[in-house]
Amino acid sequence: MASADNDPGQQSATQVAVDEPAGRPGDAAIAVTTPDLIADSLGEYIRIWFRRLRSGESGVLPVVIGLIAIVIYFQIRSPLFLSAGNLVNLITQAAFIVTFGMAEVFVLLLGEIDLSVGYNAALGAVITLWILSGVHPPPWWVGVLGGLAFCAAYAGLEGLIITWLKLPSFVVTLAGYLGGFGLLLALIDMAAPNSGGTIRMTSSVLNAIEGGSMNPTASWIVMIAAVALAGAFISFRDINRRRHKLAAPPITVTILKIAAMAVAGVVLVLVSNTNRGVGFSVVEGVPWVVLVILGLLVIWTILLNRTRFGRYVYAIGGNAEAARRAGVNLSRIRIVAFMLCGLTAGVSGIIYASNLSGMSSNFQGGQYVLYAVAAAVIGGTSLFGGRGRMLGAVLGGLVVGVIYNGLQLLGLGPAAQNIWTAGVLLAAVTIDAFARSGQSGVATRLFVRIFRASSN
Amino acid sequence: MVNLGQLDDAPPATAGGAPPGQWSTQQDQSAALLQLRGVGKSFGPVHALTNVDLDIPAGQVTALVGDNGAGKTTLIKCIAGIWEPSGGEIRWNGRPVHIRSPKDATALGIATVYQDLALCDNLDIVENMMLGHERLKYGLLDEISMEQTAKQTLKDLAVTTVRSVRQTVGSLSGGQRQSVAVAKAVMLDARLVIMDEPTAALGVSQTELVLSLITRLASRGHGVLVISHNLNDVFRVADRIAVLYLGQLVAQGPATDFDPQSVVEIMTTGRTSRAGNGSEPAISRGINGLEG
Repeated sequence: MASADNDPGQQSATQVAVDEPAGRPGDAAIAVTTPDLIADSLGEYIRIWFRRLRSGESGVLPVVIGLIAIVIYFQIRSPLFLSAGNLVNLITQAAFIVTFGMAEVFVLLLGEIDLSVGYNAALGAVITLWILSGVHPPPWWVGVLGGLAFCAAYAGLEGLIITWLKLPSFVVTLAGYLGGFGLLLALIDMAAPNSGGTIRMTSSVLNAIEGGSMNPTASWIVMIAAVALAGAFISFRDINRRRHKLAAPPITVTILKIAAMAVAGVVLVLVSNTNRGVGFSVVEGVPWVVLVILGLLVIWTILLNRTRFGRYVYAIGGNAEAARRAGVNLSRIRIVAFMLCGLTAGVSGIIYASNLSGMSSNFQGGQYVLYAVAAAVIGGTSLFGGRGRMLGAVLGGLVVGVIYNGLQLLGLGPAAQNIWTAGVLLAAVTIDAFARSGQSGVATRLFVRIFRASSN
Repeated sequence: MVNLGQLDDAPPATAGGAPPGQWSTQQDQSAALLQLRGVGKSFGPVHALTNVDLDIPAGQVTALVGDNGAGKTTLIKCIAGIWEPSGGEIRWNGRPVHIRSPKDATALGIATVYQDLALCDNLDIVENMMLGHERLKYGLLDEISMEQTAKQTLKDLAVTTVRSVRQTVGSLSGGQRQSVAVAKAVMLDARLVIMDEPTAALGVSQTELVLSLITRLASRGHGVLVISHNLNDVFRVADRIAVLYLGQLVAQGPATDFDPQSVVEIMTTGRTSRAGNGSEPAISRGINGLEG
């Protein structure tokens, strides 16, 4: 009997120390919890939120702070940076990286990776352009559907191989990457023979995604409608929760969130509506691509946070065995996630083609994949699965875009751009690793203790 | 190998080849939620379980004890549908059943809480409890209804130590995690809850939490089967004790018939040397305690 007792007894001594750290009971538990639903007041919200920040679970705020810091740096170095012309240029430059980042979120959440998104997107774009070429082209959306269907199928095939043959996604999508490059060369040659490896974008609608803008009035209307809808949605959810006697975020927090959205919207429209034309031409209004990204962001966020599919994606990323025992069809969810990744990458390819008015075999598929992963990870998506948000990928993609644009403005070439991106990525991954170990690891408990000691 | 179907109509006394006096009367059959009769499990030439007769009544905590390798895990895996028994009969509410998969077990109302708990650290309590049983409204997740159900279940089990059901499970203590896993099992209308080493990795206060939860489950009418190494815990909560030794169930009966020393003795030797029983196999002890 003594032997049966010894083991748990020893464990309990250490366990108690961990379970109830110094300070108020339950402090550790709150640390990793979203403040939204357990805080009663703004003050408590901030208190809980700071504790989460210290334990590395901080949502999108670090990337927002990082973004602001980088923007301030570039504005100091080059006053042109915050000019209307450059900011809109930045948005159109960063757009395809943002959507690439969103694509990667789907598979990263599962703890997988897709290295083939770059060339998959290029292939989709070529197919879209091919369908729309010729003397009597079909409507633009037929081409888009064709291209996106290909991208979804290509990634879906990779997902199928990964789940059926139980191969690591890294290797399968590496094959998809190499094969995609080969296919791209062959396909462009077929679609546009003797063109030197480029296929032109003939659809004016698709060209307008990056090249065109809504008129200023429409920009205001769309912005106001978007903020009003989002605000109404958040408020309705809170009111509904209160009506059912469930905890809801403090009203002040909700108001602050809606105010932040409104401010961001107003700034975006004000900047975009400033005339950025050169000489006598007038160019103003919010670029159409903003609407595309906003739409994707809303749809994918709803899919990930409000549907069974999204819930299962997070569950598999967190603990695949638990999901399996709960009756989740792991293979199906994985394959669909890969298809959605491919689909979103396809949108990215079309945005890229719209920016360059065509697609060429010089497409840097390898580099863009790394930007995609960087965007997602900088935005707080964990490489280990189970953690990450679409909004984070959008902000992370903007960080990559800002670095790219800012260094270009300073006259620095690809050398500096890549080194900068590397630094930011490394910082983001380090934060992620600590956040992750904060839930179970010894190292971070040590960190938490150091933080506690230093803050007392 | 015993044909499972062959035994359906036979009187239970012949099933295991045990002495007739051992078999429960008609009233006992209605009392016991789950009855194993002559259950065996072989892996090739290895007999992990031989001829196990076990009764698990509703509203009581049955503790299954035994040394490492005694067959405890094999036994619960047979009940939970992970493995099919090589022979013998399982009766649920007095009716012979075949549990071929975990789904069959869940459908009957048997829920198993494994040692690893199978929780997603990145999901919150509600999300974990409802995983695989999400409710929809207009095609989207009905968070309000799910949160209310989860809250009510936790409240019924008097799990009050969690601050918010929207906490991620990764932020919970060991005992709280165990509570969430149990609540998840109970929410799915489980009549029998099997718990594998529920207190193995827990501290003192956390163990208290889980032990009181186990008692509460039984008082709510659930049958509870607890596997444990810790005899202190066993004697705290168990109404009945069953001892496995080298794949054989050598003793079972009301916990009051045992004391820690005798259980250790049976666990390690398969016999008890207590006065009155001599060196008789312990299997004869506690048999008359079925109605307890």
